[in-house]
Amino acid sequence: MSQKLSENRLDLLDTLESESIHIIREVVAEFERPVLLFSGGKDSVVVLHLATKAFWPGKVPFPVLHVDTGHNFPEVIEFRDRTVEKLGLRLEVASVQDYIDRGVLQERPDGTRNPLQTLPLLDAITAGKHDAVFGGARRDEDKARAKERIISLRDEFGQWDPRNQRPELWNLYNGRHLPGQHVRAFPISNWTELDIWRYIEREGIELPPLYYAHEREVYQRDGMWRAVGPVSEPTPDEVVETRLVRYRTVGDMSCTGAVESPARTISDVVIEVAASTLTERGATRADDRISEAAMEDRKKEGYF
Amino acid sequence: MPEITQTLAQARTLLRFATAGSVDDGKSTLVGRLLHDSKAVLVDQLEAVARTSAERGFGGEAGGLDLALLTDGLRAEREQGITIDVAYRYFSTSERSFILADCPGHVQYTRNMVTGAATADAVVVLIDARKGVLEQTRRHLSVVALLRVPNVIVAVNKIDLVDFSEQVYNDIVTDLAKITNGMRMDDVHVIPVSALEGDNVVERSTKTPWYSGPTLIELLEQLPAIDEIENNHEAFRFPVQLVIRPQGGLAPSVDADEFRDYRGYAGQISSGEIRVGDSVEIAPGNFKTKVVGIDIAGKSVEHAFAPQSVNLRLAEEFDVARGAVIGATNTLPESVNLIEAEVFWLDPRSAEAGARVLVKTGTSTVQGIISQVIGRRNLDTLAIDPAEKIEVNDIAHVLIKLATPQPFDDYRDNRRAGAFLIIQPQDGATLAAGIHTNLELVNFSI
Repeated sequence: MSQKLSENRLDLLDTLESESIHIIREVVAEFERPVLLFSGGKDSVVVLHLATKAFWPGKVPFPVLHVDTGHNFPEVIEFRDRTVEKLGLRLEVASVQDYIDRGVLQERPDGTRNPLQTLPLLDAITAGKHDAVFGGARRDEDKARAKERIISLRDEFGQWDPRNQRPELWNLYNGRHLPGQHVRAFPISNWTELDIWRYIEREGIELPPLYYAHEREVYQRDGMWRAVGPVSEPTPDEVVETRLVRYRTVGDMSCTGAVESPARTISDVVIEVAASTLTERGATRADDRISEAAMEDRKKEGYF
Repeated sequence: MPEITQTLAQARTLLRFATAGSVDDGKSTLVGRLLHDSKAVLVDQLEAVARTSAERGFGGEAGGLDLALLTDGLRAEREQGITIDVAYRYFSTSERSFILADCPGHVQYTRNMVTGAATADAVVVLIDARKGVLEQTRRHLSVVALLRVPNVIVAVNKIDLVDFSEQVYNDIVTDLAKITNGMRMDDVHVIPVSALEGDNVVERSTKTPWYSGPTLIELLEQLPAIDEIENNHEAFRFPVQLVIRPQGGLAPSVDADEFRDYRGYAGQISSGEIRVGDSVEIAPGNFKTKVVGIDIAGKSVEHAFAPQSVNLRLAEEFDVARGAVIGATNTLPESVNLIEAEVFWLDPRSAEAGARVLVKTGTSTVQGIISQVIGRRNLDTLAIDPAEKIEVNDIAHVLIKLATPQPFDDYRDNRRAGAFLIIQPQDGATLAAGIHTNLELVNFSI
């Protein structure tokens, strides 16, 4: 195999972007009613940004769906509504609170609502007749996701069967499915956390302000800084203090921890994530001290 | 150790590679070593590995770390029989970012190898230095050869267990050459490594002075990705995914007057390069025209190349829809309705001549019939033996009749434009991976 080299070399982020756009277009071309799961979290924001690029100058040709637990940070809901408005999209909301109010779901003893999302989600997929559901999952997030397909078949119960996955070959995605089945599509499967942040920086993508360092009233629980709020009250033993924190992931107020961080801008975060790549990539808990030390090391090297 | 400044550097490229080996070749250890020595392992993960290593009484010079445990979650899944499947891992050095497709080798090896190798720029095949070239090695290499993975690396592992013997290494190189010559592969890189001790994986070994070649990671940093090889205009192939004609449905930020009549063909350049002004032809229909614009999300560019996703604007409007292929003028192969192909059968249901299937290539899915099973590959000799049935894990040579003629490139010339899926029409399962090629071109024997 004689190899004549080309001068055309695509940068990592451009390579990932092109792959993701290809996937998003394939799904829109081959499915009737796709929808994008949109939480306002950084990964779903990046998928939406990629979708705007994929169909430019047309608008994004599918609605977005938010599974609203009722425990969201208010600034994330504000961001969600503003983004949807700006892009002229239709927003579907599956409300966990509605299910609780109707008595279909019961509040859990531990107060978290994360596990309660599945039923409203599946009902929303059925009600919207959605045959493809875009998500922002990445394979580097955990070991199970490392085995997830880019186009992943779900049965009528919305279940994933890891034993029975279709092999995924070249860039040929097989999305054929029977009535009642649907697929989950993961366009950013191959992106790492650092790729996401570098892309956010490069493209100047707006995120909810929680992702950047801000002063907040917090208290320690399970090794994490928890925000003081209506659904996350400290116990009398827990000491409330004001700290400079940011969120690495954005979920429910009742179960998402903040990390101490001085990273106020996108480039501060990129540096923080890159530094934690060398030590503790992907860890969203108990990593505050380490990433802060790495940031300190960077400063000692003369970065700022 | 990668410096942060380099990690943040803009100009970095991506290499996709697959690892293949048998259970005892030390593949998990090698993968663990690559991740560990390239600092892709997190402190908390490493602490967990250290704890478990100590509990199991693991010794060795690697600081007492059983690096195979870094992929332990996956292995535990296998032990529980949950899944036997390719896993993807991500790491980077100061030079490059890598996607590693970790292909378990013992069960469903064809399925896993084909999945890993289909998109790989490079494959690392492991050999145990004590055992030399095994049947499994031949099978892995035959898949790699048929799928034309551009870079092939053989890691002769556990070189420490044969006292870093040059003789053992040389014998294996000789044995490998017989096989790879029979498969018409050249330029196979053979590296003596100890995944356990780290020799020649990331750090150069002081115990193999007779080996002057690169370490594994040096090779992976230098080898060209598929899109960096012969990415010229003649190879230009662009399967149309969809036609973007927004009319009333323009994005809010777009000037309505300027883009009301916009018509762009959206797709990912599967090979080659294109410039504004270039002549192109379109199949089906044999239209000839010129490219008048290339847009990447609102930015017009003069030049684009694989694997970029772009919108192409053409000088004239034709009836071009999803499934069409745009190529450089006078380079598209004639559309044919009978193709000769090598198929890797992945489904437990067997097939024989007469089977009705769907054939998906590029952005086109057409009906097909397996009109003849010419034979299946004997994995010991690699010759095609006569056969009537194709079973799971078989590599078979077949003729397929297509309901609609397709401009199929030969896979040997164009890896993406010559590849296809065979799909079960009723339940939609992927039955096989196929490559369009003549028997003479894959006439291997060892």
